[in-house]
Amino acid sequence: MTTRPVRPLLAAVAVLGALAACGGSSGDAAPAGDEGDGPEGAVTVFAAASLTDAFADVAAAFEDEHPGVTVELSFAGSPSLREQVLEGAPADVVATADEGVMADLVDEGAVGEPVVFATNRLQLAVPAGNPADVTGLDDLARDELLVGLCAEGVPCGELARRVLADAGVTPAPDTEEPDVRALLAKIEAGELDAGLVYATDVQAAGGAAEGIDVPAGEAGTTRYPIATVAGAPHPDAAAAFVAFVASPAGRDVLAGHGFGPP
Amino acid sequence: MSRAAPRPGRRAARARPPWALVPLAALAVGFLVLPLVALLQRAPWSDLAELVRRPIVTDALRLSLVSAAAATGLSLLCGVPLAWVLARSRLPGLSVLRALATLPVVLPPVVGGAALLFAFGRRGLVGEPLEDATGFVLPFTIWGVIAANTFVALPFLVLTVESGLRAVDTRYEEAAATLGAGRWTVLRRVTLPQAAPSIVAGAVLCFARALGEFGATVTFAGNLQGRTQTMPLAVFVALESDREAAIALSLVLVAVSLAVLVPLRDRWLRA
Amino acid sequence: MLRAEVDVRLPDLHLQLDLRVDDGEVVALLGPNGAGKTTALRAIAGLRPLDAGRIELDGRVLDEPAAGTFVPPEQRSVGVVFQDHLLFPHLTALENVAFGLRARGVRRREARAAAQAWLDRMGLADVAGARPRTLSGGEAQRVALARALAVEPRLLLLDEPLAALDAGTRVRVRADLRRHLAAFPGGRLLVTHDPLDAIVLADRLVILERGRVTQTGTPAEVTARPASRYVAQLVGINLLFGTAAGERTVRLDTGGELTLADALPAAEVAIALRPQAIALHTHRPDGSPRNAWPAVVADVEVDRDRVRVSLEGPVHATAEVTPAAVAELDLVPGARVWASAKAVDLVAYPR
Repeated sequence: MTTRPVRPLLAAVAVLGALAACGGSSGDAAPAGDEGDGPEGAVTVFAAASLTDAFADVAAAFEDEHPGVTVELSFAGSPSLREQVLEGAPADVVATADEGVMADLVDEGAVGEPVVFATNRLQLAVPAGNPADVTGLDDLARDELLVGLCAEGVPCGELARRVLADAGVTPAPDTEEPDVRALLAKIEAGELDAGLVYATDVQAAGGAAEGIDVPAGEAGTTRYPIATVAGAPHPDAAAAFVAFVASPAGRDVLAGHGFGPP
Repeated sequence: MSRAAPRPGRRAARARPPWALVPLAALAVGFLVLPLVALLQRAPWSDLAELVRRPIVTDALRLSLVSAAAATGLSLLCGVPLAWVLARSRLPGLSVLRALATLPVVLPPVVGGAALLFAFGRRGLVGEPLEDATGFVLPFTIWGVIAANTFVALPFLVLTVESGLRAVDTRYEEAAATLGAGRWTVLRRVTLPQAAPSIVAGAVLCFARALGEFGATVTFAGNLQGRTQTMPLAVFVALESDREAAIALSLVLVAVSLAVLVPLRDRWLRA
Repeated sequence: MLRAEVDVRLPDLHLQLDLRVDDGEVVALLGPNGAGKTTALRAIAGLRPLDAGRIELDGRVLDEPAAGTFVPPEQRSVGVVFQDHLLFPHLTALENVAFGLRARGVRRREARAAAQAWLDRMGLADVAGARPRTLSGGEAQRVALARALAVEPRLLLLDEPLAALDAGTRVRVRADLRRHLAAFPGGRLLVTHDPLDAIVLADRLVILERGRVTQTGTPAEVTARPASRYVAQLVGINLLFGTAAGERTVRLDTGGELTLADALPAAEVAIALRPQAIALHTHRPDGSPRNAWPAVVADVEVDRDRVRVSLEGPVHATAEVTPAAVAELDLVPGARVWASAKAVDLVAYPR
């Protein structure tokens, strides 16, 4: 399902218009000045670890568009995000790396209507210079290499196992990291010879890691939904943020980090 | 000569705390005990027997006990001599040495794990030549877990034993010397026996700390069931996928820790 | 034989002392607190190195800074009995006494047997299995002595061996100590601030004041001709010489008769009596003192807040009283008084 760019934009305009008409919202707890229209205060965004770098830029762009709002970002593995939101963490927005996790949150009535805003695909990451001469998924079964995967409950881990199963490869992992950024860090440091991470992570690593494409097709792609949290402390700012992320402006920022379109 | 027994009334009066302390103490107890009560309340009692027999639990328990015991053994071997140096020697810069030895106590465990990687990882200061020479790699093995555990738990043993050694009167060591005991004999038969309660207390604290270690372990040794996934790691991972197993694991961890800490008699802690 | 030229610089004291102790001799190093006596003892034991000088035992140099020689305490054959006995608290009395032997490689069983023999000799057989904290002061001190003697050192050092005991125990232990010391073949050096200990236990006194020796000699020589104010005060101890006239009675050379609390050790004895232990009365006292005699005041001397009254009569002694007593009793030279002393305050030893 693809969302046409026009609708989120209209939504954003409608929300902004409504807020301007109200002249200040009731949900903002943070003290803010009276300057300008639009949402004010702080908005707390919980996002999947793989969105770390991209969302930093998205938040900056959002703050440029909405002076008076500050974005506070918190990153964790998607299952941790689920736990935190269900336990009542003070998040306004949640963006996961897994539609299943978001579906759980919807079922619990913890979030509003989710919007898929980006896609990502899996890539085989190796340290710069590829010291172990890794060429493809088969190498992940080699015992003599130090290989890492994301842990089973984590979306990156689920994705990796699906891709490996499809390719008929039985991996010999030496570690199953609880979040993808920790896995990437170990690959960049050269402590691991190879691992399965997102393409965006390889991009974020810059020169410290190289990526090798894997033939994965649909199984190797993951979709990122975002939604406002029910009972959020700052609902207006939350909705604005969600709208921005799904807008062309937001999508441009994300593309710059290697994310695919929704 | 016999010691006169204290009059009962007098002794009771001395033991009662001033009333203002009681509510504060109760607050502390409540704060510490409440999470435990909440954990017990959420426990899946009916499935518990089956849950604790699952491999994810038994593997983690075995790894935790083995690595904590090994870490305690290493800490005793190297920590007691270090404690002796800190307590007895008159080298310059001793306070700096003591600060360094207790650094892991204040350092966030993840930072400790990262530092261990920089030192002993495959690209580390010592780790790289080690791998080149022997092909042996510390991370992702149980030795890595033991190293991480030792790094965070050793200072507890050192601090406890150092204070125990300071409490031993050096005049006894002088008396032993005049009787013909060499330095090693003095240590073995006069100093260490008197410091024994503090050594035991230090070992217990060290074991308990190693048992609960998470940040340094996951950062340095990684996480793999059956090889490096100790109980705290298993709990963390299970929280995401299998809540009930996570709670069962937590209860096992609490039970083991209590079994280790409760026999720690208070007179040993005072030593 | 010990030959020691001790030179030690402490923050507030410079100790310089030449000392010789022959085999078979008991030397007492006597002096006020802070004189450096314990420092001297520790230097001889090897617990504190000399700053200058030389310590030689039986021809072997133990410490000579100029030559760079220093033998650590565990290799000297010097036994020490410490003031607070310092029995190892985690070992029983028997294990304490066996400690030195085992440290020298003697096998456990033999060491324990030898230790038991020592305890039997000291009359401590039934406390062998006891921990030091359950022993009385006198028992602990005797165990400490056994412990030091068990390794058969060439020289025995005793640091204020009776200071930690109460008065009654001290009398008994002093007598025991004299007996046990007599059985030891090597030299014995006793450090004390109590002149009574020195006089009763030693053959020769060395008076140490502020790090320097001010007088040496036999107890009789030192008390007859005190060389310093400190010794003169020490000499304030009354030494009475007499002959045994019963198990506990002594006829003094000056004519009087005194009854003691314990049996006399020999036929010819010297009796020590502190001036403070003599009470003066206007009439013959009834009640507990067993010893009372009529005396004439020979001299009254005021010394700060105390008054020394020298008495003549069947017992020649100096009593020490308060100024109030002087007034009450109208003590002037020539006055007639009654003097009394408790039997337990009289200490007799062989002349």
